[in-house]
Amino acid sequence: MSGETLTSSEYIRHHLQNLTYGKLPDGSWGVAHSAEQAKEMGFWAINLDTMFFSFALGVLFLFLFSRAAQKASAGVPNGLQNFVEWIIEFIDTSVRGSFTARNDMVAPLALTIFSWILLMNLMDLLPIDYLPLIAHAAGIPFLKVVPTTDPNATFGMSIGIFVLVVYYSIKMKGLGGFVGELTLQPFGKFGLPANIFLEGVNLIAKPISLALRLFGNMYAGEMIFILIALMGASWASASFGSTLLFGSQVVLSLGWAIFHILIVTLQAFIFMTLTVVYLDMAHQEHH
Amino acid sequence: MNINATLLGQTIMFIMFVWFCMRFVWPPIMQVLTARKQSIADGLAAGERGKHELELASRRATEGMHEAKQKAADVIAQAEKRAAQILDEAKGHAKEEGDRLIAGAKAEMEQEVHRAKESLRQQVADLAMAGAEKILRREIDAKAHAELLTSIKSEL
Repeated sequence: MSGETLTSSEYIRHHLQNLTYGKLPDGSWGVAHSAEQAKEMGFWAINLDTMFFSFALGVLFLFLFSRAAQKASAGVPNGLQNFVEWIIEFIDTSVRGSFTARNDMVAPLALTIFSWILLMNLMDLLPIDYLPLIAHAAGIPFLKVVPTTDPNATFGMSIGIFVLVVYYSIKMKGLGGFVGELTLQPFGKFGLPANIFLEGVNLIAKPISLALRLFGNMYAGEMIFILIALMGASWASASFGSTLLFGSQVVLSLGWAIFHILIVTLQAFIFMTLTVVYLDMAHQEHH
Repeated sequence: MNINATLLGQTIMFIMFVWFCMRFVWPPIMQVLTARKQSIADGLAAGERGKHELELASRRATEGMHEAKQKAADVIAQAEKRAAQILDEAKGHAKEEGDRLIAGAKAEMEQEVHRAKESLRQQVADLAMAGAEKILRREIDAKAHAELLTSIKSEL
């Protein structure tokens, strides 16, 4: 627990609050100490925990992989190289399966997305209170360790992908082709308003669904971990009921964590695959 | 859970990571994978080739052995033939020689017989002459009857 006097709802809210740095109501810059303060900061604030953990995990991923890449040899691979090659072959196979055009950027992009999201999602499996508790002891009021439960992280990625999709659509089909795709189908040029509406929704739905799917899954998973953790938090005395609740927390969090491994991997894979598919559609003349 | 500038930070971070991965991670590992694939394929091909060559060599060896056997058999057959020929020739020679010897011996024998006959004839003639001389010594001149005697002698 982060504080002795927290109620259940306070505990939950506390866990769902990012560590936000921005302009405080009194005009100075600093870390928000409550959800209201964080909200008042508006757009020009930064979630330090999301930034920190996603950056650290991305660097960890790139460090491991580039180390393997530097030492890579065509001979018998060692453990790390073997692991890295296994993932890269897996990504390469699935990209080859769903991406038909030629673009050297797509496979590395898919690798980055998959590995980075997987690592960020895996933070969910760390015991939910440990890092916030340590942070609290160090004087940090809030800490959300799973960057993908922050919509900023998922939307940040999906916006990057959206820009790529638009860029490649225009590059492959020309500006006219791209605009034509948005305006001239499915109803021909006389149904232009309906076309713009349908195709526009279609286009905008891609990044939004990408980001919300990942965010929703991870947020819900995190939420369930929080609720399970609350069972043990209701420890009052060495009574039968308390012991039962505590035991249930252990069993349930174990079960949910094992199940969550599936969700974590699956969401990373889905995000990657859909990105590749969207980029493939951007490269196609007609979809 | 507010949307704020973290969004921009995350997008920039994402682009940076993708760029780094595309620049420093993906190509070298892909290159290594391709190189290994190539070397494995080469190795497999070399193995296949070796196997093929072995098969060829063993076939050649079998063929050589076969040929050698055939040759040996030929040589033996030829030798046998030659031996038989030599034997036949020797036999022919021996027979010829024998025949010649026999013929010689026969001729000599005939000559001998002839000579014996001749001498016998001479002796008989002499004897007859001696007998006749003794008988006729008194009655007949030897010279007068020599012609007669000679004709008798030739009839003998």
